[in-house]
Amino acid sequence: MNSLILAVIGIAMMALGYALYSKFLATRLYRLDATFKTPAHTQRDGVDFVPTNKFILWGHHFTSVAGAAPIVGPAVAVIWGWLPAFLWVTLGTVFFAGMHDLGALWASVRHKGQSIGTLSGRYIGKQGRNLFLVVIFLLLLMVNAAFAVVISDLLVTTPTAVIPTWGALVVALGVGQAIYRFKWNLIAVSIVGVAALYALIVLGNQVPVELPETVLGLSANAFWVVVLFLYAGVASMLPVWVLLQPRDYINGLQLFVGLAILYGSVLIATPTMVAPAWNEAVPAGTPSIVPLLFVTIACGAISGFHGMVSSGTSSKQLDKETDARFVGYFGAVGEGLLALGAIIATTAGFRTLADWEAVYSAFNEGGVAAFVEGGGNIVNSGLGLPTSLSATILATMAVLFAATTMDTGVRLQRFVVQEAGELAGLKIGKFVATLVVLVLGIGLCFGAGADGSGGMVIWPLFGTTNQLLAALTLSILAVMLIRKRRRVTPVVVPMVFVTVMTLYALVVQLGQFYEEQNWLLFVMDLVILIASLWVIVAAGRAIGRARKSPPEPEDASSDPAEVGEHRD
Amino acid sequence: MTEEVRDPDGPLQRLARGLREFYVAPYRRTFARARRDEEDLFMIVVLAESLGVPNPVSYYTIELLPVVYERFHDWHRRMGMQTSPLETVACC
Repeated sequence: MNSLILAVIGIAMMALGYALYSKFLATRLYRLDATFKTPAHTQRDGVDFVPTNKFILWGHHFTSVAGAAPIVGPAVAVIWGWLPAFLWVTLGTVFFAGMHDLGALWASVRHKGQSIGTLSGRYIGKQGRNLFLVVIFLLLLMVNAAFAVVISDLLVTTPTAVIPTWGALVVALGVGQAIYRFKWNLIAVSIVGVAALYALIVLGNQVPVELPETVLGLSANAFWVVVLFLYAGVASMLPVWVLLQPRDYINGLQLFVGLAILYGSVLIATPTMVAPAWNEAVPAGTPSIVPLLFVTIACGAISGFHGMVSSGTSSKQLDKETDARFVGYFGAVGEGLLALGAIIATTAGFRTLADWEAVYSAFNEGGVAAFVEGGGNIVNSGLGLPTSLSATILATMAVLFAATTMDTGVRLQRFVVQEAGELAGLKIGKFVATLVVLVLGIGLCFGAGADGSGGMVIWPLFGTTNQLLAALTLSILAVMLIRKRRRVTPVVVPMVFVTVMTLYALVVQLGQFYEEQNWLLFVMDLVILIASLWVIVAAGRAIGRARKSPPEPEDASSDPAEVGEHRD
Repeated sequence: MTEEVRDPDGPLQRLARGLREFYVAPYRRTFARARRDEEDLFMIVVLAESLGVPNPVSYYTIELLPVVYERFHDWHRRMGMQTSPLETVACC
């Protein structure tokens, strides 16, 4: 099959989803009201609550939710063939992710911009709030470990990406100085910044940096993992204007450039899908497609992390409630397009089926390296850039996604550690908290192997945790809708599906980790399994209470304190 | 005759405004918190003498009292004091 046809079908499905299904959700289910005064107006403070143009807000929202995960997940999952991954990404985006992200925005806007964590405390009870903290902690821990391994693998398999990867830090430092210290024009700085990044990519392509087999007694992969954690620790402690803010900005611009390069190349080259639609000859040791497909691709189909962004920052900046449709649903479509690009790159970017099978020789073997190789071939055919340079562009793009997420992940987890310390009556300083985060992350990476590869082994576990968070958000939406006596099927069906698949995947992996005697991952799996059961019980009780409660008037305030919502 | 109202900004200015918003918004809260922490520290220095802490620079800071009084109520509540700790200031 020609990849262009697949791209057109996928884009058409998502476009129809936006045009039709999101309209249904906006008008019939969530009943968005253009006259409703959003928190950006009622609580306007110029800091968190600021009415923002919907296109700019979509840009923020999209770049905040899009990271390396919608590349890594599909790039691993195509081992079962491109069709299942394609169907889960497209249908998942249309019926699961869009509804979830739009719903999280709506729920937060109707509750004065409160976060999903606070809403889980209100609707699921105090246990819901505790549960949310446990899930967030695990999610951040796994994000840091998984992305450190993704980057270290790319730096080893694509040595041409080493200079642009680390050089991007210098570009970001320069951008930060130019904007805040020298007050230079932002348009000029943006153009120079992106041009400098691409100049570094060209330079890196000329000067690959390969580490010796062992450095300081560590393998090259393990060495990069340790260096990345040390870097992330330092970056998280620097003032944000110095590095993190300009880095996020340049990465945001690069995201749009990268997507344009990839889809432009597919349009010109129209490569054929060499991988089977349905792979019946999966390598030995590949887990069953059901349930693992649904947790291997989390971001790109449905991701609980999006609910955090929707309710954390986007809801506070929504100018009109009706803008939620564009920002929330279309934000999910943007991520779906990234995942679709990853599927095409990893299945149409190889010359023959044998080449593809050689790369996908075992579960977790293809992954993001296959995205770089396959995508590089497509960019080479489409734009005529040398294969090596094309691969370097895509490797740098994937690394920047993973690195900015890891930077933020380490910083956020440091806050979680400090907050947990306060709850326990301990005052934990910035340095000690960062040290705790780094030790935990490095421990997780090396807990599953001396080469620090643990981060990739936990990828499906990361997916389950992400889906668990999504289930928690969906249960809040279900309670809200039941209270208002509106139809709830579009929320409950995805909620049940995601919960069942998560639970099923956790049990399957629990057995696998037990057989491998991988006790670290076994214990983590067990903790997430218990959290999942906790979600089911707590959400079930909350939904039961909502069904028995008197119907809520249509125009009633959604504040549970005002409507008599149950609180534990 | 009515005059046509035009957006005074051209496309480049609008682009620059959009890019700036894209740049600053994700970290707006972080900067605001840092600014508030600095102000809180400044407030403690200015109010030290009134709170009974010897202040070697009170000669200078006393002139600033009328300025900080406007923000005094928010500050003492942030510091965990529900009512004003100063007898001379009955803001709540």
